[in-house]
Amino acid sequence: MEIGLNHYLVLSTILFAIGLVGVMRRKNLLMLFFATEILLNSVNISFAAISHYYGDLTGQMFAFFVIAIAASEVAVGLGLLIVWHKKHNNIDLDSMSTMRG
Amino acid sequence: MELFLYTALFSPLVGSLFAALFGASPKTKIAGIVPSILLGVSFLSSFILLILVMVTGHTIHVEMMTWMATGDLYIPFGFVVDQVSVTMMIVVTLVSTVVHVYAIGYMEHDKGFNRFFSYLSAFVFSMMILVMSDNFAGLFIGWEGVGLCSWLLIGFWYHKESASWAANEAFIMNRIADLGMLIGIFMIYWNTGTLQYKEAFAVMPSLEHDVLTWMGIFLFIGAMGKSAQFPLHTWLADAMEGPTPVSALIHAATMVTAGVYLVVRAHPLYDLIPNVGLFIASLGAFVALFAASMALVNRDMKRVIAYSTLSQLGYMFAAAGLGAYWVALFHLMAHAFFKALLFLGAGNVMHAMHDELDPFKMGGLRKVMKGTFVMMTVASVALAGIFPLAGFFSKDLILEVAFVEQHYIIYTVLLFTAGLTAFYSFRLVALIFHGEDRYKLFGIHPHEAYKFMLVAMSPLLILAIIAGSLKLSYFEMITKLLPIIEYHVHHPAVYWTMIIGTQLFVITAIAYAYKKYTRKDIKVPDGTSKMENSFVYKLLINQYYIPYFYETYIIKAYRDLSEVFWIKVDQKIVDATVDGIANVFYQTGEKTRVMQSGNLSTMLKWMVAGTVVLLSLAVVFGLAARHSGEIKMFLSGLGV
Amino acid sequence: MFEAVAFYLFAFLTISMFYIAVTTSQALYAISSLAAGMIFISAFFFILGADFLGAIQIVVYSGAVMALYAFGMMFFDTTRDVKEKHGNKVIVIGLSIISAVLIVLIVGAPIVGSNIEALYPITEGAGNTQEVGMVLFTKYLVPFEVAAVMLLVAMISGIVLAGKKMDLSLTLMNEQEILKMREEDKTKKVLS
Repeated sequence: MEIGLNHYLVLSTILFAIGLVGVMRRKNLLMLFFATEILLNSVNISFAAISHYYGDLTGQMFAFFVIAIAASEVAVGLGLLIVWHKKHNNIDLDSMSTMRG
Repeated sequence: MELFLYTALFSPLVGSLFAALFGASPKTKIAGIVPSILLGVSFLSSFILLILVMVTGHTIHVEMMTWMATGDLYIPFGFVVDQVSVTMMIVVTLVSTVVHVYAIGYMEHDKGFNRFFSYLSAFVFSMMILVMSDNFAGLFIGWEGVGLCSWLLIGFWYHKESASWAANEAFIMNRIADLGMLIGIFMIYWNTGTLQYKEAFAVMPSLEHDVLTWMGIFLFIGAMGKSAQFPLHTWLADAMEGPTPVSALIHAATMVTAGVYLVVRAHPLYDLIPNVGLFIASLGAFVALFAASMALVNRDMKRVIAYSTLSQLGYMFAAAGLGAYWVALFHLMAHAFFKALLFLGAGNVMHAMHDELDPFKMGGLRKVMKGTFVMMTVASVALAGIFPLAGFFSKDLILEVAFVEQHYIIYTVLLFTAGLTAFYSFRLVALIFHGEDRYKLFGIHPHEAYKFMLVAMSPLLILAIIAGSLKLSYFEMITKLLPIIEYHVHHPAVYWTMIIGTQLFVITAIAYAYKKYTRKDIKVPDGTSKMENSFVYKLLINQYYIPYFYETYIIKAYRDLSEVFWIKVDQKIVDATVDGIANVFYQTGEKTRVMQSGNLSTMLKWMVAGTVVLLSLAVVFGLAARHSGEIKMFLSGLGV
Repeated sequence: MFEAVAFYLFAFLTISMFYIAVTTSQALYAISSLAAGMIFISAFFFILGADFLGAIQIVVYSGAVMALYAFGMMFFDTTRDVKEKHGNKVIVIGLSIISAVLIVLIVGAPIVGSNIEALYPITEGAGNTQEVGMVLFTKYLVPFEVAAVMLLVAMISGIVLAGKKMDLSLTLMNEQEILKMREEDKTKKVLS
């Protein structure tokens, strides 16, 4: 039983869907960040798989940059989260409604 | 020579713009004087051009610049000075110069003094464009320009309900006719491929007769509107609401003759369609009689003169329709002089009588207004066509044309009208200047107009007397362009019988008018006398009930129809559609506003939903692209 | 055969770990399972021959990101159950499944991929780390440097956002001011 590119892509899609579920149902901001990490990682899998099956390193390069972006996102995001927590003493998504039209 | 052409054309425009500078400021004499001087310059240039054309026989044709050049359509700003247009230029500039100078005195106490001169000069400019253009497009621009200025000037006292109504009436009637003219111009372009007079007329003989007939009819509809021919005539009498100088310049001497000018200008076309020409002549004769009959009983001095103008326009069309273009043009010129003179005289009387227009309330004014009396009498004599004044030559010529061409019905009608003309002209003169001093009953103290106004009128007086003697030299000049047709009644006995008979008839009419209206017992009619209750009088004083007919059956019907369209179509369908479309967006906004709850969690859900939509679109389009061949087959199977 | 077994095993593990991460109400469970999932993902990288990427995955995610989250959790004191009121589950699950199916449809469709030529082909006879280094420091040098600057910016902004009294500068203050500030800090009850 040969594992092909499509296997990886389907796996990646499943993980992406799980991430989406997390993004949509989480109210705690920290948990929301976890879900975004899942999304990013699912994409990384497909990058690496495509890179492998097409014999091209570009996919891996993209995966590196995605990791770099994820790391900086966590740093800045957590910083902002701390500021928010200091101000409001919670990190609940529903408490952020200053964008209400 | 081009210099003179441009000077003649553009100095009125400069004058108009100069006066417009003072439009908002209080009355300044200079706003009247400068345009008058500039018009004088324009007149001198025109005169030089006339001499040039007369002596050398050359015509001047210039193209100032390209106006439109798209595809096959090429219309330049081209101007032509030939025998016909130079005649019109002289008439226009001369009369307007006189009227300008006169108006400085006449409008002296009016608040809109500066505005008036701006409009008046703009009118002259438009008229110059009209007569000097070398193509139909330029003619149309001038045509609309004079229409606009006429509207502005009739409605000059816009605070008067009747004046603004009359202005609108004139404008709308002209618009109806202009549509006809526009169709005519389109037809010319469609069939000849050009709008230049020369080229278009050169192609015309090779066209089908039917096409030419329609062209002629549509162009004539335009002429009918501008020259107030039946059934579009009602505006001219109402246009007398405007200031008297305007009536003299626009509604007697120049603008209303534009229709005659158009027919004369398009003579190569009308030569090809004698049937239309005959129709024009018949209509002209009818209008001559029709208008003259209304003038018989009218009790408004200016309206009487307006009807007389209408009647004389009928004469011109009769001549032009019979192919005697130069005769029409000659009568146009002579008529411009004595009719402007008559109007200006009427203006003096009006001023003296404090805007009283009913001649029955005047009488005996010759004692206080000697100059005006002489001028109006001379003008009336000229209008009646007594030897040796201008009217005799031009009008008798028209009668001769009708006789020689063997249209005896037209001849009889025109001859009878000549008698009526003499009667109503002298009815007016007798009522105003002779008889008892009835004005004293109304506590009015008339006074003669300013000297300079009378001096300004004197060129017209002279021309009204001597214009007839220019007949031969004019004939020589004009026939270089227009067809040479001499009208001679071959038998001398018949000729002299005609001339003397006509003169006697006219003089009898004058004598009768004098006898009837210089009696001591003339009173202001109060609707009780037997004559006033007769059917004919009522028919005439009500203008054959034509305005009434228009009011009831056209204007009212149109208004009702508009109301139906407004309520049924506009409100129910058009407005409803527009409102409906707006409502859709409004309701959509109202419904989707809830989406913007500011809750980030909800927003994330919407974001994912959006992603799903985009992904499905990608799938759908991908499938469509893959199966485009099958889809096309399927659609063609459905017959799309 | 070995590859297939490994793939299915790790696929099952990753999916279950991430499923726990998004569904559990215990923050501690969530972070632990997330960290485990990250490490399992690196296994795929190793299977695919991207050794360097796998190593980076373990180092960055399990080492740096998870540590950051752990510190964050301490800060927020989320050891207790996270209270969440859940909205319409059908919408959440439905949307996710639909999008997943659509993506599968798209990637599963035969695309015009047969004639794609590798832009930076894998060089024979060199290790993965070597290849990555060769490409990263030649063709992707500029993006790499930009990413470095971005990380620096993220670090500084993280410090500035989370640090206290970052608007004050001790070097610009004189002794009295520093002492006075310290006195105030002592008297003030420290929050959080």
